Amino acid sequence: MFLHVERLTKRFGGLLAVNDVTFSVEQGKINAIIGPNGAGKSTFFNLISGLYRPTSGTIAFKGRDITRLPANERAKLGIARTFQTTHLFEQATVIDNVIIGHRLRTSSNLFDAILRTKRHHREEQACKEKAMEVLDFVGLTHVADRMVANLSQEQKKRAAFALALATDPELVLLDEPAAGINPDETEGLEELIVNMVQRGLTVCLIEHKMSMIMKIADRIMVLNYGEKIAEGTPEEVKNNEAVIQAYLGGSAIA
Amino acid sequence: MAILEKRRLWLAALIAAAILFPLFVANGYYVHMMTISFIWMIAVYGLNLFAGYTGYLSLAHAGFFAIGAYALGILTVKAGWPFWLAFATACLLTTLIGVFVGLVALRTKEHFFAIYTLCVGYIIYLIIDKWDSLTGGVRGFIGIPAPADIGPLSFQTPVAQYYLVLFFLLVVVWIMHRLVYSLTGRTYIAIRNSEELALTLGISTMKNKLASFVLSVFFTSLAGALYASFIRFLGPDIAYVSVMFDFLTYLLVGGIGTLAGPVVGTLLVTFLSQQLQFLQDYRMLIFGPVLTLLIIFYPHGIAGGVIRLKAKREEARRLQLEATQASAELAAASRQERSERYAKEG
Repeated sequence: MFLHVERLTKRFGGLLAVNDVTFSVEQGKINAIIGPNGAGKSTFFNLISGLYRPTSGTIAFKGRDITRLPANERAKLGIARTFQTTHLFEQATVIDNVIIGHRLRTSSNLFDAILRTKRHHREEQACKEKAMEVLDFVGLTHVADRMVANLSQEQKKRAAFALALATDPELVLLDEPAAGINPDETEGLEELIVNMVQRGLTVCLIEHKMSMIMKIADRIMVLNYGEKIAEGTPEEVKNNEAVIQAYLGGSAIA
Repeated sequence: MAILEKRRLWLAALIAAAILFPLFVANGYYVHMMTISFIWMIAVYGLNLFAGYTGYLSLAHAGFFAIGAYALGILTVKAGWPFWLAFATACLLTTLIGVFVGLVALRTKEHFFAIYTLCVGYIIYLIIDKWDSLTGGVRGFIGIPAPADIGPLSFQTPVAQYYLVLFFLLVVVWIMHRLVYSLTGRTYIAIRNSEELALTLGISTMKNKLASFVLSVFFTSLAGALYASFIRFLGPDIAYVSVMFDFLTYLLVGGIGTLAGPVVGTLLVTFLSQQLQFLQDYRMLIFGPVLTLLIIFYPHGIAGGVIRLKAKREEARRLQLEATQASAELAAASRQERSERYAKEG
């Protein structure tokens, strides 16, 4: 199994943000997580990427238990992610932002930097090449030297994708990639995500835009109040009673 | 490339001006002021590395400055060590203390880090102030020797000391420059930008923060040791929060997170406070509001303001270029269309 989460729970004081969720990400597929606001989707991502420690449960990546591994070590194993807000450094150019994405595959340190050793030259070059490669992949080569602050929202999202891809990941977690961009641009991002999977990556994404999810997702998990209420193909999820209730309100019962 | 060349030229001119300064300014007082300013600059570069490039405001740096100064004093006067051995040991000792402080302090973040280090700085002040037998307490510490000769180089005159301090300043600036434009520097900036993002990009934030903090303490201790050998008298005041806030003022005025910031800010503020000396403590009535306005309108100081302005101009130029290109293409297209129409009609 590629990424497997077993009975994962995260408790913030009295709040159960993620409650006993068991879930698997299938390799080479687009796995989507949906759910109403506050359902625990982002917390779930933070648990997988290692920013939060789970209260209980285990996470395994490619058969290895990574539950106790810090976020930076998980990134080295091949788990990359983007954030809802892109977190980019607005006052720097796109390329300068993306170069750091490949840093985890380099090893030059403070002394290499001061003495400008061969290793530093080689690795700096490698980072720049990687940055150009991923910018080409996401279609931002033409704005590589522009300040991030001057980019459109969609371009910023693409830059954030590029940054995640520069880490040479196997699994990419995308947190609401289509939030705040228009339908045309959303289609462009859909294409990009499909391209990523065709390149051999595995994608797991959180998204609110149902049209997008229904179109590109291979499997969907639905969270509500931190609990998994449904899982399956888009078709199955669409017709699931519990999902309809979660989204349209359970007034029939209440 | 042209920009880089121009910058090189500016830098060379500045260094030349600094080298020629004592030859043209015969006034010993100004040479003294300049030397002191250079020492502050080295300390402010230390602060800048960590606060400006790594994003953590350390308020313990005046304390580290004082440890470097007192360590040099104690090692030369009380232990009778040779000057340069004491000098190197003072810096390394302070750096070592920095490692231990960093290991604990870096478990906190943002405001909590600032508050924690403020306390560390104050504790250092109290230790220096109260440990009478070692530091001389409030009476101060006197008799620190001037830097010993290195071969034919003697540092007994103020002008020679000026050049010695300038040398160290240039080394610090050179290291900072190399660092900022390196993968390591980019790593620090990534941590400043967003620690969460840096973590998920596989960067060990703790290791990098510690390295940056320790190097920043090293720079500051170097400034402290130079201060001790230049002023040759130490009082516990140099560890006090007011010195810390002087450093911070220099950095904020010049530009936090910029390479030129410490030089610009230190020169400007020390020069201004000299000029406003006649106002005595009332000069703070001018400084306070000016600093507040500066932070509101130029959060990245004078150097940062200039950089932003340049970037804006560059962007405007680029947009203009794109617009003219686009309109030229449009004109060409409509010409083409017209000639095709004529050809059809004709």
